Amino acid sequence: MSLKQTPLYEMHQKYGGKIIDFGGWALPVQFAGIIKEHHMVRQKAGLFDVSHMGEISIKGPRALEFTRYLGTNDVKQLQDKQIIYTLMCYPDGGVVDDLLVYKFSSENIFLVVNAANLDKDFAWIKEHAFPGVEVENLSDRYAQLAVQGPEAERILQKIADTDLGSIKFFWFNPQVKIAGVECLVSRTGYTGEDGFEIYVNPDKASYIWEEILEAGGEDIAPIGLGARDTLRFEAKLPLYGQELDKDITPLEAGLGYFVKLQDDDFIGKEALVKQKQANPQRVLVEFEMVGKGIPRPHYEVEKDGVNIGWVTTGAHSPTLNRAIGLALIKREFNLPGEEIDIIIRNKTIKARIARGIFYSKNTKSK
Amino acid sequence: MNIPKDLLYTSEHEWIRVDGDQVYLGITDYAQHHLGDIVFVELPELDTEVVTGDSIAVVESVKAVSSVYSPVSGMVVENNEELDDSPELLNEDPYTNHIAVINISNPDELEDLMSPTAYEAFCAEQE
Repeated sequence: MSLKQTPLYEMHQKYGGKIIDFGGWALPVQFAGIIKEHHMVRQKAGLFDVSHMGEISIKGPRALEFTRYLGTNDVKQLQDKQIIYTLMCYPDGGVVDDLLVYKFSSENIFLVVNAANLDKDFAWIKEHAFPGVEVENLSDRYAQLAVQGPEAERILQKIADTDLGSIKFFWFNPQVKIAGVECLVSRTGYTGEDGFEIYVNPDKASYIWEEILEAGGEDIAPIGLGARDTLRFEAKLPLYGQELDKDITPLEAGLGYFVKLQDDDFIGKEALVKQKQANPQRVLVEFEMVGKGIPRPHYEVEKDGVNIGWVTTGAHSPTLNRAIGLALIKREFNLPGEEIDIIIRNKTIKARIARGIFYSKNTKSK
Repeated sequence: MNIPKDLLYTSEHEWIRVDGDQVYLGITDYAQHHLGDIVFVELPELDTEVVTGDSIAVVESVKAVSSVYSPVSGMVVENNEELDDSPELLNEDPYTNHIAVINISNPDELEDLMSPTAYEAFCAEQE
């Protein structure tokens, strides 16, 4: 099967991207090197192609009401042009996907979902759609670029016709001209840094890509999926398939803040109410390696020789310059400061449960 | 791609420098390039008996975990502890930074290794 290409495929080749198969998409895992790119985003700015992400529109008089029913978060509190993070759950509380909800109006909602889950999500949403609600997969109509890092606003402002300072964290403006091209621009991202995501006609994607790189000069660089993963992980942002899954609930993943159990009904609510009352049996914890080794996803976690869970994500953190991880473990073992064992290639390597060791986000919240 | 003329090579992208009855073992420029930023090296323990094909070390980059296989039989007599604190040395200069030194028990095994020319052709095929 041939890989799908984003509208920016030629740019990846032009800038020396090392192309890999990412869930059926041909995308760059790195350009100059993952660690170098990671630091570039933390210190200056980076440009990402995230066109593989899925976009789904929900329209009709009951669009907002339906979106509330689909997910855990209270989208009804949104104002027009505001964005919220939510999770779609199965009736048992497991996660279908995590996503962003963009509210154009109560009758026009735009969802941004994970690429690997797009088909599943689209089918799920259609299956549960209220009568009169129109669900449309718009993924082919948008290219998506992300500009992230402390210099992101300064660089993008050079070629934008709108004061980007007027777009607050988790808000968007659907009519910003970037280098003369109309785009939807939101102040969102997946790196723990300030920055923007830009939705644009695929035909204009390469042009915008080049204009942004030119505007940024030495202060911006193209960034691949490798650094995207280390950046999101270091900022403790969850990844579907690792921190979240059909067998992991948002409450277990520590995302209770995004689960609003009062008032409105939504798919999975009953199970999540029960789980909250009883306290989830598993929790996501931070840990740091004490012994030598790098924790990787799915490595087992033990205490006194007994399995208590697994690593969801672990890595050498480029910013902290040490190996850290997230693990989903049995609740009773969540004792910060306590040692646990990570099973690495059949050896038990010491780690310590911690709290607050991850990178503090620099997003412009509120 | 840098392939020094005074070394021998394996199809697992390791290099071997023969020094009497000892061999120095490391990973090639091709290997470090394909792994990307190396962030951890699990070194072999000293005085371990190894046979050809044993996994004796592990090199981890940000994204990948890769085993290093011994191309010879013998005893591990040295490991490069510098790599504990500075695994990136394998990216910076893979040929001056070895992973281990093995005291070989069967010199005939060296006959199975690739010459620089053969390895260069092998790499070209891999691309």
